[in-house]
Amino acid sequence: MTEALTPLPTVIPGLDRKTARRRRKSDRGKYRLADSGLALLMLGPSIVILGAFVIYPLIKAVFLGAQRCSVQGCRDTGFNQYVDAFRSTQFQNALLVTAKYALITVPIGLVLGVALAVLADKYMRGVGFFRTVFSSTIATSVAVASVIWFFLLNKDVGVIASWLGGTAQTPGYLNDPGTALWAVSASSIWANLGFTFIVVTAGLQSVPKDLYESAYVDGAGGFTRFTNVTLPLISPTLLFTTVVLTTRAFQSFGEIDLLTSGGPRGTTTTLTYLAYGNKMPTSGDDGLRATISILIFLVLVVLALAQFRGLEKRVHYAN
Amino acid sequence: MAQVRLQNITKQFDGVTAVENIDLDIADREFMILLGPSGCGKSTLLRMIAGLENPTEGEVWIGDVLVNDILPKQRDVAMVFQSYALYPHKTVQANIEFPLKVRKVDKAERAEAALAAADALGLREYMGRKPGQLSGGQRQRVALARAIVRKPAVFCMDEPLSNLDAKLRGETRAELIALHQRLASTFIYVTHDQVEAMTMGSRIAVMSRGHIEQVGTPNEVYAKPASVFVAQFVGMPPMNILPAGTLEEGAHLVGVRPEHLRIGSGPLSMTITLVEQLGHEMLITGTIADQRIVVRTASDVVPPSVGDVVSVDADLSARHRFDPVTEKRIDTP
Repeated sequence: MTEALTPLPTVIPGLDRKTARRRRKSDRGKYRLADSGLALLMLGPSIVILGAFVIYPLIKAVFLGAQRCSVQGCRDTGFNQYVDAFRSTQFQNALLVTAKYALITVPIGLVLGVALAVLADKYMRGVGFFRTVFSSTIATSVAVASVIWFFLLNKDVGVIASWLGGTAQTPGYLNDPGTALWAVSASSIWANLGFTFIVVTAGLQSVPKDLYESAYVDGAGGFTRFTNVTLPLISPTLLFTTVVLTTRAFQSFGEIDLLTSGGPRGTTTTLTYLAYGNKMPTSGDDGLRATISILIFLVLVVLALAQFRGLEKRVHYAN
Repeated sequence: MAQVRLQNITKQFDGVTAVENIDLDIADREFMILLGPSGCGKSTLLRMIAGLENPTEGEVWIGDVLVNDILPKQRDVAMVFQSYALYPHKTVQANIEFPLKVRKVDKAERAEAALAAADALGLREYMGRKPGQLSGGQRQRVALARAIVRKPAVFCMDEPLSNLDAKLRGETRAELIALHQRLASTFIYVTHDQVEAMTMGSRIAVMSRGHIEQVGTPNEVYAKPASVFVAQFVGMPPMNILPAGTLEEGAHLVGVRPEHLRIGSGPLSMTITLVEQLGHEMLITGTIADQRIVVRTASDVVPPSVGDVVSVDADLSARHRFDPVTEKRIDTP
C-alpha cells in the first residue's frame, strides 16, 4: 500500500508566519535585483550603442537646432528658431517639393513593384532570371543609379532623352524646371524598385494558393482574384512598403545632389537637400541644419502616424 | 443532369505520372468517394473534374458536355478544400456571398441566398464574424455554405474533414450525408479515411498509385475486395493475407478478415504475440509462417496468453483468394 504524499510545508518549521513572509519578500527582492543586473548586462551593449549613436545625437541635435553657427562658433537663438525655420519660404518650398517627390515616387514605385512581383510570382521556365533582374536594383548604390540615370537622361547622349525627343536646343530633362523633379523621381523609383519587388514578392508567397483556386472555381477572373484575394492579403506588406518608401522619399539626398543639385530654380530642393546641400541657406551653419533635420524628423513622425492611422483600417493582419 | 464521366484520363506533372488511364462513371446525385493513400492521385483526379488541372490525356464529361477546355466557373462545380480556403478578411456573410458576387447576382438576392445557405448549416448567428473568430467546425460549415449557395450540379470535396477532431468529424459526416440527401446533387469526395468512405459513400473508388483498384458500394468493397491492396486498405484491422499453401492447397494467397478467423481448432498454428482488450472486442495478434495475423473476437472470451500456440481456422465462405503475382482477386464473385 502506498503512503499518501505529505504536502510540502508552506512555512519552514521553527519559523513563525510573519518571519517567513518577511524572508520570502526579501528573497523576491534579491531575485529581482539579481535579475535586473543580468538584464542590464544583456542589454548593455545595445543601450551603449543606441545611446551613443542615436539618442545622444538626437538630443544634441535638438539643442543645436536652437543655435546659429558659423566658423566663429555657435550662439543660442532659442527654440523659436524651429518655428521660424518652419515658417520660412525656403522650408515651405522644400516641403512642397518633397511632398510632390513622395507623391510621384511612392505610388508609382509601389504599383510597379507590385506589378513586377505579381508577374514574377508564376511557376514558369526562366522566371528566376527575371526575379534576379527585377530585384537587382537593391544592390545598386544611389551614386551608381544616379550616374546611370544621368547618362540616360542626358540631352546629348541619353537614350531616354533621345526616345522622348530631346534636342540639343532644349535644356534637357534634368535642367528643365518642368521636368527635373520627374527625372530625379525616375532615378529614385528605379533604385527603390528592387526593394519593393523583394518585399512584395515575400508577401505574395505567404498568400495561400488554395484561396486563388477557390476563387477561380467560384468564377473569379484574374482582376477579381487580384482585388479580392491578393491585395487584401498583402495589405500589411503594402502598408510597410508605403511607410518605408515615404520615409526614403523624405530622406532622398544622393540622387538630387548628383543629378540636379537642388535645381533648376529650386524645383528639386527637397527638405534633406535644403539641410545639407551645397549653396543652400544652411551651408556652414550646423545649427540651422540641425533645425531642419529635427523638423524633417517631426514631419516624418506625423506622416508615419497618419499613414498607420489612415491605412491600418484597410489592412488585414493574418489571425 | 450532372453525371460525371472520366474517360481514359492520364495526368503527368513534368513527366511524372500522377494518374493513368482512369475510367470512371459517376451517376447523377451519387455520393462518390475517391479513397486511397496519400499520393495515389485522388486529389489530382478531383482537381481535373473541378477544372483546376487539365488532363494530359483523356476526356472529362459533366452531363453531356465535354469540359476539358471549359473554365471551372462554366462547369457548374463547387469545391470545398481541406484548408476550407475561406477569405480571412471577409465576414462569413461576404465569404458565402462571394460566388454570387462574382457572378454579378443582385445584392438583395445574394444576401437572401447567403442567409438560406447559412440557415441550412446553422451559421446565421455568425454572419458578421470573420473566419479567424470561428472554430474549425464552424469554418468547415462556412466553406460548405459557400459551396451550396449557388446550387452547383457537382460538389467536389477534397478531404474536407481532415482538419477536424474525431468527435466533430463524426458529427460533420452525418451533416454531409443529410446535406447530400437534401440537395440531391452529385458529390465527389476525396478522402484517405476509410471510415468516411464506408459511412458516406454511395460508391467508393479505391485508388492506388494513380490507378483505380476497385469501384463499388462500401459493402462490395469490404466484402469482395478486388485486390490485396483493397483488402488491406479497407477494414481496420486490415485483412490478413496468408501465404500460399498455409490455409489451402494451391499457389494462391488467401485473405481472411480478422473477425472471420476462429481460434480453437483448424489447420493453422498461430503463436500469440499480443492480446489487446478494447472493451467491446478483443484483438489477438500472432504469427503464422512469419506472417503477422490479427484475430478479432468478442471481448468476453478467455484470451490466450502471449507465447501460447493456438489453432486457427476460417470458413470457406470467408476466404478471399488472390493471385500471388498480380495480387488480383481470383475467386468467383
